[in-house]
Amino acid sequence: MKVELKDIHKRFGPIQANDGITLSIEPGTLHGLLGENGAGKSTLMKVLSGFLSPDRGEIRLDNKTIRFDSPAEAVALGVGMLHQDPLDFPALRVIDNFLLGSPREFLLDRKYHQTRLAELANRFGFRLDPEARVSELSIGERQQLEIVRLLALGVNVLILDEPTTAISTQQRESLFRALSQLTEEGKTVIFVSHKLDEVKSLCSKVTVLAHGRVTGEAAMDCPTKELVKMMFGQVLTVGKRCEVRLGEPILELQNLSLSDWRLEVKDLSLKVQAGEVVGLAGLEGSGQQLVLRACAGLLRPSAGRIWIAHRDMTGRPYQDFIEASIGYMPAARLEEGLIAGMTLAEHIALTERGPSLFIDWTMAVERASQRIREFNIKGQPTTFVGNLSGGNQQRTLLSLLPSQPKLLLMEHPTRGLDMESMEYIWRLLQALTQQGTAILFISSDPEELLERSDRIAIFFGGKVRMMDTCGASLFDLGESIGGKGFE
Amino acid sequence: MNKEFIRRIIPLQIAAILLALSLSAVILTILSISPIDAFSLILSGAFGSPAKLAYVLTAWAPLLLCSAGLLVTFAAGLWNIGIEGQVVMGAVFATGLMRILQDSLPPSAVLLLAALAGLLGGALWGMLVGGLRRYGSVNEIFGGLGLNFIAGSLTVYLILGPWKRPGIGSTSGTEPFPPSLWLPGFKDFQASPIEMILGLIAIASVAIALRDTHFGLRLRAVGMNMKAAFLKGVPVDQDLFLAFGLCGALAGLAGWVLIVGTSARHNLYPLISSGYGYLAILVVLLANLKPFWSVPISFSFAAISMGSLQLPLQRQLDSSLGGVIQGMLVLSVLVINGIRSRWLRHEG
Repeated sequence: MKVELKDIHKRFGPIQANDGITLSIEPGTLHGLLGENGAGKSTLMKVLSGFLSPDRGEIRLDNKTIRFDSPAEAVALGVGMLHQDPLDFPALRVIDNFLLGSPREFLLDRKYHQTRLAELANRFGFRLDPEARVSELSIGERQQLEIVRLLALGVNVLILDEPTTAISTQQRESLFRALSQLTEEGKTVIFVSHKLDEVKSLCSKVTVLAHGRVTGEAAMDCPTKELVKMMFGQVLTVGKRCEVRLGEPILELQNLSLSDWRLEVKDLSLKVQAGEVVGLAGLEGSGQQLVLRACAGLLRPSAGRIWIAHRDMTGRPYQDFIEASIGYMPAARLEEGLIAGMTLAEHIALTERGPSLFIDWTMAVERASQRIREFNIKGQPTTFVGNLSGGNQQRTLLSLLPSQPKLLLMEHPTRGLDMESMEYIWRLLQALTQQGTAILFISSDPEELLERSDRIAIFFGGKVRMMDTCGASLFDLGESIGGKGFE
Repeated sequence: MNKEFIRRIIPLQIAAILLALSLSAVILTILSISPIDAFSLILSGAFGSPAKLAYVLTAWAPLLLCSAGLLVTFAAGLWNIGIEGQVVMGAVFATGLMRILQDSLPPSAVLLLAALAGLLGGALWGMLVGGLRRYGSVNEIFGGLGLNFIAGSLTVYLILGPWKRPGIGSTSGTEPFPPSLWLPGFKDFQASPIEMILGLIAIASVAIALRDTHFGLRLRAVGMNMKAAFLKGVPVDQDLFLAFGLCGALAGLAGWVLIVGTSARHNLYPLISSGYGYLAILVVLLANLKPFWSVPISFSFAAISMGSLQLPLQRQLDSSLGGVIQGMLVLSVLVINGIRSRWLRHEG
C-alpha cells in the first residue's frame, strides 16, 4: 500500500508539532523516520494512524484521499500503529488481547482464534502463550502480540514508534527479521526512531524531521554524518564550559541499579561535585527520569547506594532528601509541580516550614511579591497558579525551589520558555552553582545541554555514557544520542 | 473571587433550589398531594411553635458538628462516609464513661469528661478509617462503610448484652440517664444553647484552621493535588490521618450531644446517629465546601427534617418526604454545577 502525506499541520497550544510535512512511502518498503525528541515524528504517525486529526493536510492511501476519525477506522483501512508504550490490557490474557478490536462476533470461537494466533506468531518466529497474562510478558513480547493482532486485523501499513527502547537484543533481532519478512510479503513498514544505526541497517529509505518539518530524505547508503546534519542542522554549537572550579562531591551514585516496568538502568556510578552542572540527554524514557527520581529519593534503587554530601541516603524517605537540601523540579507542571487551585502566596506559605501554627499571610504575600519580581512572573500574589500562562507557571515552579540547595534536580527546566527567559533562568542557576549548588537536569534540547552542562550523561535504552562538553560539538552529542559508542 | 461568587455562584444555587422544589412538587403531584399543602406543613412543623423550633435547634447542633468535621476531610479530598460510625462511637464512649462515673463524680464533671470520651471515641474510629486506607489500601469509602456496620452492631450488642436495662433488655436502648446528666435547657424551650454554641464554634474553628493555619493549607493542598503536595514536602500520610481523626472527633462530639442533649433520649439506642452524618455530607456538598454557607444550609436541613415529621401526624404521609426534598436539593445543585463546569470547559 502506498502512503502519502501532504502538507500535514498539527498544533498543540503554542507548539507547532507538524509544520507542513509532505512525505511519500512506496509500497513494500521499510521506511525510516528519523529525528530528535520533539521533532514531530510521533505526532505525524499518530495523524497517519487516526489517533490525531490534522489541523490541515491530506492523507492518501494508494492514491485515494482518506480521512480517519478514529484508530479503528485507520485499522479498517489498513493502517496500524505500534506505540512506544504498548496500548494493551495487562490484566487480560494474551488471547483476549488478540481478540480485542476484531470484527464483531457475538460468540467467540476461541479454538479457531487460538489456532490463528499460533499460526501468525509461528510465521514470524514469535513465541506467545495464548493463556499467559499480558502483565507477565516482557515489553518485547507485548510488542509481538500487538504486531500479530494488527496483522490479524488485516493491516497493510505497520507503523512502529521507537520499538527498540526497552527490548532485549534478542527480541530486537527477531523483531527486525519479522519486519523484513513483512516487507517481502508486500506490506509497508514505517520505522520511527532516533537511533541511527538501526535505521541504517534496517531501512531502505529514510526521512529526517526536525522542528516539525522535513529536513532531508535519503536512500540508505547515506553517510551517518549527513543524517546527523539533517537532524541537528548546521553544526555550530560547541560546549564552552571548560574552566569551572569544582568543589567537594555532592552526589555520589555507586553501582546504582534502577528499574520500572519497562526499563532497567544497571550499575551506574556517577560523582557530581559542588558547582557542577550535569545534563541528562537521550530519547525521552531512556532512563534519565529514573536516575533523577532516584537522586530525589522518589524511586528506591534495586541495588547500589546514593550518597548526598557524604551521607548515605539509600532507601531513605523523600522527606530526608528534602532535609538534605535537595530541590526537585518535576516536568509535569500542573500534575506534580503546582497546585492549580492555589494562589502564588499560598504556594509560598506551603513551602515555608516553621514551628508556628498560623500562617503569616503578610509575610507570605511579601515573599510572593519578591519572587514575582525576581523571577519576572506575570501575576499577583493572589493569582491562582492555574490561571498563569505556561511560561509563567514554569517560572513559578523555579521560584519555589529552595533558595540555596546543595543539589538541584530538574526535569526540563526551561521547556516552554522563550529565549530571553531561558537565558535569565540559566543566569540564576549559574549564580547558584557559583555558590556551590550542583545541578542535574534533563533536557531534550541538545543545544541547551551542550551550552549549559559541564558534563553530559547520555542515556540509551538504560545504558549511560558520560561525555565532556568542553570542545564537544552538537554533532558529537547527536551521534551519541543516536547510539554511537553504546554496545 | 468574592465578586465572582456573588455574581455567578449564588444565582446558580438559587436556580438549583428552585429546580429541587419544582421536582419535589412534581413528585408530590404524582402522589396526588398538594405541594403547597406539604411545604406549608413542613414549615409549620419546623417553626409553628417554640417547642417545634427547639426540636429544630436540637437537630441543628449535631448537624453542625458533623458538617464541621466533614469540611476538614472534604478539604483533604477524602470521602469520609464513615462519619456515621464515628458519631455512633462517640455516643458509645460517652455512654460508657457516664455509666462508670455517674455515681462517683459531680454531674458537670461527668458531662465534661463524657464530652472528651465522645471526642476520643469518634477520633479513634476515624483514624481507623485512615489506618485502613494507609496500611491496608482500603479506600476510605469502603473502610468507612464497613466500620459503620461494625459500630452499629456494637451498639446493639452493648444494649442487649453488657449494658442492658435491668430486667428488660430490649432494643429500645440502655437505661436513660437522670436529668442531672442532661444539658440544661429552658423551662418552656427544650434546647440547650451549649449544643448550638459548640456547633457554631466548631464551624468557625474549622473555617479558621483551613484558611489560616499551616495544617489547613497543607490539607487543602493534598485535597487539590496530592502528588504536588507530596513533592513540596507535605507529610501527606500524617496529615490525612489527622484529618480523619479531627473529623471523627467532631462527629464523636455530635454523638455525645445525642446522648446528653436537652431533647435527646438520654440513652444509647440502635441507630443513634439517625443519619446526621450522611445528612451533613449533603450539607457540605450543597455549601460547596464553604464553612460559612454550611451554617444556614444545615439549619434549613434540620428544619426540613423536623418539619417533615408533621407529615405522618397530619396527613398520613411518610416523613421520608423530607429526605426526598433534601436529596433533590443536593442533586440539583450538583447537576447544575456539573453542567456549568462543562460549559466553562467548552468555552475555555
